[in-house]
Amino acid sequence: MAEIDRSDIVIIGAGVVGCALFRRFALMGLKPLLVEAGGDILSGASKGNSALLHTGFDALPDSLELTCMQAGYREYLEIREHLNLPLVESSALVVAWDDEQLTKLPEIVAKAHRNGVGDVREIGRDNLRRREPHLADTARGAVLVPGEHIIDPWSAPLAYVHQGLAHGGRIHRRCRVTGGDFNGDHWRLETTNGEMAAGLVINAAGNYGDIVEAICRTSPFKITPRKGQFVVFDKPAAALAHAIILPVPTERTKGIVISRTAFGNLLVGPTAEDQEDRALAEVDQAMLQHLIAKGTEMLPALAQQTVNAVYAGLRPATQFKDYQIDFLPERHWITVGGIRSTGLTAALGIAQHVAALYQQRFDGTTTTRPIWTPVPNLCEYRERPYQTPAGGDILCHCEWVTRQEVEQALAGPFPAGDLGGLKRRTRCMMGRCQGFYCGAEASRLADERWSANNAQAAS
Amino acid sequence: MSGHRSISAEVAIIGAGPAGLACAQALKKAGLRDIVILEREAEAGGIPRHCGHTGYGLAEFSRLMTGPGYARRLVDGVAGLDLRTKTTVLRLEPNGVLQITDRDGPATLSARAVLLALGARETPRSARLLTGARPWGVMNTGMLQQMIYLQNRKPFERPVVIGTELVSFSTLLTLRHAGIKPVALIEPCHRITARRPADLITRFCFRVPVLLNTKLHRILGTERVEGIEIDRGNGIERIDCDGVILTGQFRPETALVVPSHLALDGVVNETGTGGPVIDQFMRCSDPSYFAAGNLLRGIETAGQCFREGRAAASNILETLRGNLPPAPAYIPVTHAEPVAYVYPQRIDPLGTTDQPLLFKFRAMRPARGRLQVSIDGKVVWSRCIQALPERRLAWHLPARLLTGAQNVHVEITGEKPSPAR
Repeated sequence: MAEIDRSDIVIIGAGVVGCALFRRFALMGLKPLLVEAGGDILSGASKGNSALLHTGFDALPDSLELTCMQAGYREYLEIREHLNLPLVESSALVVAWDDEQLTKLPEIVAKAHRNGVGDVREIGRDNLRRREPHLADTARGAVLVPGEHIIDPWSAPLAYVHQGLAHGGRIHRRCRVTGGDFNGDHWRLETTNGEMAAGLVINAAGNYGDIVEAICRTSPFKITPRKGQFVVFDKPAAALAHAIILPVPTERTKGIVISRTAFGNLLVGPTAEDQEDRALAEVDQAMLQHLIAKGTEMLPALAQQTVNAVYAGLRPATQFKDYQIDFLPERHWITVGGIRSTGLTAALGIAQHVAALYQQRFDGTTTTRPIWTPVPNLCEYRERPYQTPAGGDILCHCEWVTRQEVEQALAGPFPAGDLGGLKRRTRCMMGRCQGFYCGAEASRLADERWSANNAQAAS
Repeated sequence: MSGHRSISAEVAIIGAGPAGLACAQALKKAGLRDIVILEREAEAGGIPRHCGHTGYGLAEFSRLMTGPGYARRLVDGVAGLDLRTKTTVLRLEPNGVLQITDRDGPATLSARAVLLALGARETPRSARLLTGARPWGVMNTGMLQQMIYLQNRKPFERPVVIGTELVSFSTLLTLRHAGIKPVALIEPCHRITARRPADLITRFCFRVPVLLNTKLHRILGTERVEGIEIDRGNGIERIDCDGVILTGQFRPETALVVPSHLALDGVVNETGTGGPVIDQFMRCSDPSYFAAGNLLRGIETAGQCFREGRAAASNILETLRGNLPPAPAYIPVTHAEPVAYVYPQRIDPLGTTDQPLLFKFRAMRPARGRLQVSIDGKVVWSRCIQALPERRLAWHLPARLLTGAQNVHVEITGEKPSPAR
């Protein structure tokens, strides 16, 4: 009989929330196990978001989402230098394009103040024009949110995993949890990697949240993945907008955002399309053209810019507005579900919140000095390896990724698990040529590394 | 700045493909030695390096060669010159100053003349805004050929090939070399883009079905390509395949030019070459920069790039000798729809004394009519043409016609509807 993999805590799902929980519980001395169905971390909802650090100015007042976002925001700023995480201090502008939207701006400011974001204020048309000279003439006025910033969606979760591993956590990739039962003391989980035993299970399964929840109970929420498509313009387009340009929100969605990215591009998106499929995030030509048209309406000079990349992400939306975080102490189960686009900001705050819930009922946690595990910089607005004497030669010519960066992402205790993971850790193959020049070489390096690993595992 | 390296040269050539190497070789033959050739890849030779099939070199070297053989021949031609591979140019600055980086880190290179021979690349899946999932197995010919010819790897077993340009047939040869049998060749237009009988060769020699009037509707598969949906005008059909090769729709590789001070002829493809604006001496808007090869307009044959590289060399030599001063003003070359582009995009009036001027043209859609060139409103040249989007046309004008001219205009007049076939 195969030996059962035992751990105190199993966290299901290595999206940004799972990674932050993993870090938090490892820092508490609990040696958690993170299991991920995909080939690498961030294979699901967390790979395709708009990469913003939110203040919570427009969040639902008094919600758990707001609390977690604001706690997450603070912790991100506290730890980011230790982990070498980027921050592009851009600010955001909620722009009114007609009279009706203009009348809504004071409400937005009032809500922001109520949410504790006191520096939010309305600015007039001239001020807006000075700040954003490329915006279309039709912009009437805006709400300025100084604290909204741009971050990189992939470095932070990777850094959380590295830190969790340094503190004794473990991670299994390509490991899907298929079932389980609770015997009053611990969980026996069935997975594609065999049986596992866990003292406590945390469900952070993102778009599969309600399916995983059904292992424990009838899920109180249903996930209806909400697809968001994005268009990423080439680097010169980043000069067209300094702040994040937000629309006046409607009931259903925050609408289409224009934002620079940490990688030096300009992004337009997302759409909001409900679907049943939990894995398939398709892009759609008509919708991409619509995004480009919308973006060009707001930023006319975009008509002269070229598209680098397109992508679609699935946000785990439920029938509820707020996060679905639930602690079932008798069942040794914690539910962390329905974490939508704000998850990147809120992840660290969610981890704090869940850790506090855990500590109310269980002991055995310790406080240790954190071991810091800085990650390589991917942000275009900070020094990158190719700019340094020791950087070596460049492998990906569009994103200026060095061969060393690719080799390092494939080495070490937690190498990239698939090509998507390699792209997210290095940016290689993500530029304007999408692999025409470097795709063969980068994928060869990766295949060599993975077949060497497989050979090692088999021997 | 301590530790920052500075290098200087008479001539810097960016890109060691056919255009760059032909230019370097011609400069070397003329006795110039202070030349630096910068190539970002590990091997010099450019695209032919990974076109393992034959079809190169007939005009330049009087024998039929394979791409790699041709690339080696080009590289041999610059033996003794300073050819630096794995060297990336990061930024073009005014007056021939280049910011570069190599394995020793960043450096500044100053040259009296710079040739931009940056080449072209195919339009990837993203910029084509294709519908569907984004699985592994969708690639351009560039990546496919590197995998097959340089790495001996087989990315798939039964892909579809999108496009029917010349490069699409190069793709078929590449696939055959690797023992890969494509499922179909797909073309949205009513006829293939490359010249006939490429389609007949495809059908009868490669035994690959050519589907005309067929649009790629959607890509299927989550991890790997599982199939595509096509639209043939009467509903959506599914084709099972494990790869999608997006061929052609070449664009100039202008990543360095776009953020620089140099003028571009259209950034988004529809009108303009998408490459740098040049005059009849292949000089860019900063006269210390010259451009040649596929950077000028997307794809032409290696042979044409080679000839352009050589032509650029003689213009660079004249500049170094002081015989080509910067022009105080230029004669603009304008055009009207359906002309997609004409280059050179402007004429130096001082340089119009002896040599005939060579113009090159392409249409944006199939068109039949009279291609006509006017100088200051007066028609000076015309010819009946049947243009196709990927077909180029070139003509010469006697230089004396340009003396005192204000404007050159190119248009297609008396357009007749294009035949269905």
